[in-house]
Amino acid sequence: MSDVPVTVGAQTLPLTKREHTSSMLRWVATVDHKKIGIMYLVTSLIFFAAGGIEALLMRIQLAVPGNSFLSPNAYNQIFTMHGTTMIFLVAMPVLTGMANYLVPLMIGAKDVALPRMNALSLWLLVFGGLFLYFSFLAGGAPSAGWFSYAPLSEKAYSSSQGLDYYALGLFILGIGSIVAAINLIATIILFRAPGMSIRRLPLFVWMVLITQFLILLALPALNASLSMLLIDRLLNAHFFVTASGGSALLWQHFFWAFGHPEVYIVVLPAFGMISEVIPVFSGKVIYGYEFVAASTVAIAVLSFLVWAHHMFAVGMGHPIDTIFAIGSMLIAVPTGVKIFNWIATMWGGAIRFTTAMLFAVGFLVMFTIGGLSGVSFAAFPIDWQVTDTYYLVAHLHYVLFGGTIFAVSSGIYYWFPKITGRLLSEKFGKAHFWIMLVGFNLTFFDQHFLGIIGMPRRVFTYPNLPGWGTMNMISTIGAFIMGIAVMLFLWNILITLLQGEIAGDNPWNAWTLEWATTSPPPEENFELLPPIRSRRPLWDLAHPENPDWKHGR
Amino acid sequence: MQNGSPFTPASTLAQPIAHLFVVVGMVMIAILLLVTALVLYASFRYRYRPGAREPHQEFGRRGLEIAWTVAPLILLVYIFTITVHAMHRADPEVSQNRLPDMLIVGHQWWWEARYLDSHVLAANEIHIPTGKLFLVRLESADVIHDWWVPQLGRKMDAVPGHPNLFWLEADAPGTYLGTCAEYCGAEHAWMRIRVIAEPQVAFEGWTAQQLAIPSTAAMSADAKDGEKLFQKLTCSNCHSVSGFTQDTGVGPNLTHIAGRETLAAGVRTNTPENLAKWLANPQAVKPESHMPNFQLTNEQVRYLTAYLETLQ
Repeated sequence: MSDVPVTVGAQTLPLTKREHTSSMLRWVATVDHKKIGIMYLVTSLIFFAAGGIEALLMRIQLAVPGNSFLSPNAYNQIFTMHGTTMIFLVAMPVLTGMANYLVPLMIGAKDVALPRMNALSLWLLVFGGLFLYFSFLAGGAPSAGWFSYAPLSEKAYSSSQGLDYYALGLFILGIGSIVAAINLIATIILFRAPGMSIRRLPLFVWMVLITQFLILLALPALNASLSMLLIDRLLNAHFFVTASGGSALLWQHFFWAFGHPEVYIVVLPAFGMISEVIPVFSGKVIYGYEFVAASTVAIAVLSFLVWAHHMFAVGMGHPIDTIFAIGSMLIAVPTGVKIFNWIATMWGGAIRFTTAMLFAVGFLVMFTIGGLSGVSFAAFPIDWQVTDTYYLVAHLHYVLFGGTIFAVSSGIYYWFPKITGRLLSEKFGKAHFWIMLVGFNLTFFDQHFLGIIGMPRRVFTYPNLPGWGTMNMISTIGAFIMGIAVMLFLWNILITLLQGEIAGDNPWNAWTLEWATTSPPPEENFELLPPIRSRRPLWDLAHPENPDWKHGR
Repeated sequence: MQNGSPFTPASTLAQPIAHLFVVVGMVMIAILLLVTALVLYASFRYRYRPGAREPHQEFGRRGLEIAWTVAPLILLVYIFTITVHAMHRADPEVSQNRLPDMLIVGHQWWWEARYLDSHVLAANEIHIPTGKLFLVRLESADVIHDWWVPQLGRKMDAVPGHPNLFWLEADAPGTYLGTCAEYCGAEHAWMRIRVIAEPQVAFEGWTAQQLAIPSTAAMSADAKDGEKLFQKLTCSNCHSVSGFTQDTGVGPNLTHIAGRETLAAGVRTNTPENLAKWLANPQAVKPESHMPNFQLTNEQVRYLTAYLETLQ
């Protein structure tokens, strides 16, 4: 394609063009944050496909009561791997990948602070994921659920090696996450361009920064518990072996000390993406930057004080239940603040409904549903009824799919042109959004009711009670519609890479620094940085008559 | 038999939770409608129109933002208050010297019930008198299970090494369905519960019947052969029949198996045909269950079925 505009030097050709001339080795050996970011994204996309296929297998098995498509053992391995994959090999790496690619660009840096450590964290992810999946070939995948409650996860009840692969695999991934967190913190603290003060950080970068502190504090709790589980299983220790005096509840406390901050680890950066997309496509500055930023800190602090709300049914007693209910209810406040600030940003704007914006608006409503059902769990007598049922399955998917995946989809449509130099097709993009919205709600909305009428989660089949078969069939149909939407998305990526519209530097008229360089950016990101005198340097350039810095922002 | 939900409570313990759920649910729906309406209004009203002026850049309004921080906080204080109220009514405190009426033990994958006064042993199907608060001590024999009968109140985990107490009560006679709600391994799906609530008199009748030892006088020839087989094979290593073998607590007590509604914790209805299928190959009916396939001959299955069917 000779009509490709070459702005600065040869390295700014669109991605596919470069790929033809670069060898595999250049990717494997790279320490460039952009290449590493792309490999993070590709890795999580591959695991997303694996986790998605697992979900569809589960939905086939559950389509009708008493089905025998999957054996109980196969089903239990698949649901365990679905959850573990989606949390550790999709949600975390897709966000780390986006952060890896975007943070240095958004703060005007050449690269991350520790480029070789960056490569280490990527390869720990890749090999940790492969290690976990190797368990399928080594006598069976783990089958104790993604949180592997003891003593079910102990040798006496899970004698195959699946749980050993789980513990070691997650341990490897945990180290990778901690390394990446240290790197991003160092980058954001030390590598900001002149003028990019902490108070001027784009909200995505701000939320990534807060998230890395969560990772730094929460992942060691997981790795410590995994070590104890491994020592129990391989060296016959008794941390969680109840038969010889260990404690089953100790594992739960340790695991959720990690597990609840984990929810915010995979949600806060998604909030950050929404905080970039909504202002740009509304044509307005974010409403209440300070409130959005401060509420993120509040969520992060509170996230460490609510872990036992996952344990309201274990019999901790009223005083402890009550204390954890207070924390869990409080966390709804800073989350609600964000929703209102985003809506206020749209208010009075000139909204362009690109695919990125559609996903962001879809996120607002879907995530609100997940957040509100979350409040019903904090009113814990309700939790005593509906925890560990399909009501909970619905809740967590509204948070993690309606929340994180919708936000990431929005972010991908928004930043794809920066990463590859080509604009994803809006036609396919809009079809992707609407089909996904319909499929997602068909799959998960009725699961609220399925849980309420008594269906527990994690069952490989169920009795033919009134309504159960119908609602499960609706969920299964919805899941396959989501599958179609994902295929459309993959097709969109493929045709865009081959023949997509050339994006140019700043196709959306956005305001943050990554749009001040070419698409894709050159090796060291910027030829020349614009002056940074406010949170929106490119707005200031485009509006010399009304720059943000005049308002002291 | 009723298809239970927390919204059709049949117990003074489930009632306050239903009430709380309705109130919180209405608040949730109201907020969802508000947010959706605002999003949709903004989406249509403030769509980009060609030639429109650049929107006014508003950086935020402190007062408004404080308002939408404080308003949810007030709402949450209200929800917290009714939560604590519901907690006390749904899960009343147990006084120190109150002894439990029943011990329920979760096993992979069935429920054992011991009535501590009458010494009745039951499995998976639990009878209670209506209108009486039964105090249950809940334990686990292996991994974590969870007792959940939606119409009768809260769920409670059966945690090994951590016994829990909870109240069980039903207002009206009926069969209330429940299930294990904590993932407990391969057959978690088939760990169903039936609570049969009946008036005091009927309950006493049931108790007396459970304590009686089934008569062997009128047994058929097949059943007599089955009884001998039951002794000769290894059945009694795990299963006991009162007045006949010692209680082991490993597998369900079979003294009155013929009177139960289901087999293997809800997998099949209890008919002679299903019982024969189960005996012939338990792993085909409930894979991974701890009852092995004993490779019984068709004849042996017939005898054992005939015998077990006499245990009313």
